[in-house]
Amino acid sequence: MKEKLVMVGNGMAGVRAIEELLKVAPDKYDITVFGSEPHANYNRILLSPVLTGEMALKDIMLNDVDWYKDNGIDLRLNRKIVDIDRRGREVIDDEGLHTPYHRLLIATGSNPFIIPVPGHDLEGVIAYRDIADVDYMLDAAKEYNNAVVIGGGLLGLEAANGLKERGMNVTVVHLLDTLMERQLDQASGALLQRSLEERGLSFKMTAQTEAIVGDKRVEKIRFADGSELATDLVVMAVGIRPNVELAKKVGIHCERGIVVNDTMQTYDPRIYAVGECLQHRGETYGLVAPLFEQAKVCANHLAQLGHARYEGSVTSTKLKVTGIDLFSAGDFTGNESTEEIVFQDRNAGVYKKVILKENKILGAVLYGDTVDGAWYFDLMRNGTDIGDFRESLLFGQAHIGDAGHGETNAAASLSDTAEVCGCNGVIKGDIINAIREKGLFTLEDVRAHTKASSSCGSCTGLVEQILASVVGDYSETPKKKSMCQCTDFTHDEVRKAIVAKAIKTIPDVMEQMEWKTTNGCASCRPALNYYLVCAWPGEWDDYQSRYINERAHANIQKDGTYSVIPRMWGGVTNAAELRAIADVADKYKIPTMKVTGGQRIDLLGVKKEDLPKVWGDLSRAGFVSGHAYAKGLRTVKTCVGKEWCRFGTQDSTAMGIDLEKMAWGSWSPHKFKIAVSGCPRNCAEATIKDFGVVAVDSGWELHVGGNGGIKVRVTDFLCKVTTEAEVLEYCAAFMQIYREEAHYLERTAPWIERVGLSHVKKYIVDDEPGRKALAKRFLDSQKHMQDDPWKERAEGVDKNEFEPLTEIA
Amino acid sequence: MPLLEIGKLEEIPKLGSRVVRTPQGDIAVFRNSSDEVFALLDLCPHKAGPLSQGIVCEHTVTCPLHNWNIDLRNGEACAPDEGRTKSFGVVVKSEVLYLDLPEEVENTSKPAQAVAS
Repeated sequence: MKEKLVMVGNGMAGVRAIEELLKVAPDKYDITVFGSEPHANYNRILLSPVLTGEMALKDIMLNDVDWYKDNGIDLRLNRKIVDIDRRGREVIDDEGLHTPYHRLLIATGSNPFIIPVPGHDLEGVIAYRDIADVDYMLDAAKEYNNAVVIGGGLLGLEAANGLKERGMNVTVVHLLDTLMERQLDQASGALLQRSLEERGLSFKMTAQTEAIVGDKRVEKIRFADGSELATDLVVMAVGIRPNVELAKKVGIHCERGIVVNDTMQTYDPRIYAVGECLQHRGETYGLVAPLFEQAKVCANHLAQLGHARYEGSVTSTKLKVTGIDLFSAGDFTGNESTEEIVFQDRNAGVYKKVILKENKILGAVLYGDTVDGAWYFDLMRNGTDIGDFRESLLFGQAHIGDAGHGETNAAASLSDTAEVCGCNGVIKGDIINAIREKGLFTLEDVRAHTKASSSCGSCTGLVEQILASVVGDYSETPKKKSMCQCTDFTHDEVRKAIVAKAIKTIPDVMEQMEWKTTNGCASCRPALNYYLVCAWPGEWDDYQSRYINERAHANIQKDGTYSVIPRMWGGVTNAAELRAIADVADKYKIPTMKVTGGQRIDLLGVKKEDLPKVWGDLSRAGFVSGHAYAKGLRTVKTCVGKEWCRFGTQDSTAMGIDLEKMAWGSWSPHKFKIAVSGCPRNCAEATIKDFGVVAVDSGWELHVGGNGGIKVRVTDFLCKVTTEAEVLEYCAAFMQIYREEAHYLERTAPWIERVGLSHVKKYIVDDEPGRKALAKRFLDSQKHMQDDPWKERAEGVDKNEFEPLTEIA
Repeated sequence: MPLLEIGKLEEIPKLGSRVVRTPQGDIAVFRNSSDEVFALLDLCPHKAGPLSQGIVCEHTVTCPLHNWNIDLRNGEACAPDEGRTKSFGVVVKSEVLYLDLPEEVENTSKPAQAVAS
């Protein structure tokens, strides 16, 4: 027999917990839900668009009555639970009906705070919390002219805007001198007030309400300074309080909210709580993101899986108030021990402030241009040292390194047909439809359903803005980013454990680190394989955990054929090599030959079963694999250097060949490209490579962390050295620190932006023994990496990979 | 139609796949870590990528072209993606693999037509 789960409350957090529960344990419980409102579950964040008339109630329903029916949930609307018999394990509703439970979930949300001034109970005085309040305001707007909103926070401003849109004269009354003081500082608050005034709202700031005056219905408000304001409607939006009434009554421990532990369990082990009604580690939460995280954890424990913990959330607010872009996160006011960097352009209506302590971001406020909000939030959460790009921090991510992929920063002004994600061809209208129709809330959801922002990621800021404009102030706030859905551990934690505990196989990693899936997934398996190969060279390599290109040693193409790129050291070749390549192309009828960006020749359209034969012929002509398919060293691009060029200062070609012979075959977190230019004219484009060498008359300049690609990033200058041997040593050391520290699929450019150039310099430039040790580890690892995979396979290794199992006539 | 012998279990690597060429197109035969065996048409319902080249995990294979996850048991794309590729019966008896290849009923000039959403 199924156990009984009863939920008190029918709001977003609670229903989300039920949804999560149904995902992981669909048949565990008979579920009964009590809701005091007459509606099923709707999106409370979107009450304001209903008030303004942009949306109707049906547009904001998240789960309609049919959803409950389809999932076998007994939904009881218009019912309040008035008591809980904890000993007998029953809830008692307002009709006196007893409903038994095995587990109880309290999700009673919060109540609006009503200032207890005289007259607060007059007709025409309401809060702004649910559909009933919206209906009340809509009726009032038809009949009356003047409204006052008490409270200049997010909700108050949205209510004021809605009433204004409905034709009322609206005055916002605020106790303090800054609007939205919990999200904005004085300067940005003033900008906001100015633009709202331009839209026709009036403000009465630093005003304390003393009484609401009227006979039966409200007629005016009197303030502490004696002034008065006539009005027909008063909306109180001065904050919310966790609704703990029921829990308190039945003796469940409450402080400000119902106190829960990391598994969302109250002091009564059969009773759980989620949402705005609870208090966790001293904090209460009102934004959706943390509530949904709680819902997930709670579902995990209700399902008795027992492996999730809620550890609190860092929140950011990114909101749309009547078409005004705002973002704030963390501590944005600062104190004596912090510094602030401010950018202000009053005419353009742009204001940005970042609070720093020891070069780490503590908080940020953005007004008018919020596209970099997510980036600042990431830097803040990761505790990134921003010292290396402090001077350009406020100009945004696009200005770090160099400008890249063109990016607009105003989602609101885009038409529905404007392309947002260029990689996957997703237009703004597609994203909005998916968010509305599928009830999406997070960036991850939008990525999964629309593919927008799921490839190169350069449109992420824009997608987040669109999301915010549709569902309101939601931003996802995981405390740390786990490797993938198979584990809660981060890349760094997994890497550390592999080395510290000497874990040497993928099954052992999964067992010791309690992976949630049997074999991992296509995201974590290649990552784990790389981490093990890097930590224990020569000891471990799991073929089935490599991505196909690294299993087949060629690049898969869209039709399932492969491309083959033989290595040409330093890009230098000769007639015999070219003749051999031409012969191979003829013999195997290779349809396309192309010169690559890395100065090599690509043979495209090779059938998989032909690969070993093609390699055999190339191998006999002296070629080894070009590793163009690998997360590893690709090519070393060179210019002709002083051997031929009248400007050349060093033999860049020979230097490139030496580097390539040293580094070929190495695996790294992502592809790794090198170039050597013979003079500062830089014909080999060394300053957009992972490791770039530029010859000068007195030696060699070394540059790191560049790439072409999605976002062009020019290298950072690392140092200058004198001899060829030094170039090799610094290159080996740099590749090794990148191999050991970067996350899988993280190129040197984002890695350096994450850890900082100073960090790299510390180990490569300032610490000679450290550099030598890194270089030695690289060369030791290379002893296991430089067997040519093509030759081996041409000789029959791994034959099964390339041949069909059988053919059926 | 009788079951067709297509090879031995050991010829497919654990968490790997091999292709069987048939008049109905290439069929990918998968083996997972518990030695369960599955057979799907070697075409992703998204853009016809060769599923046999993907990474296999328990009951899914990830297409190498655009990372769609396909359920090995029935060929269904995992949510939120939508689509289905044809699946075939395959059995193991004494370490030998047999494929259940039904007679073709439809025009097979285009075996590549997996059902895309």
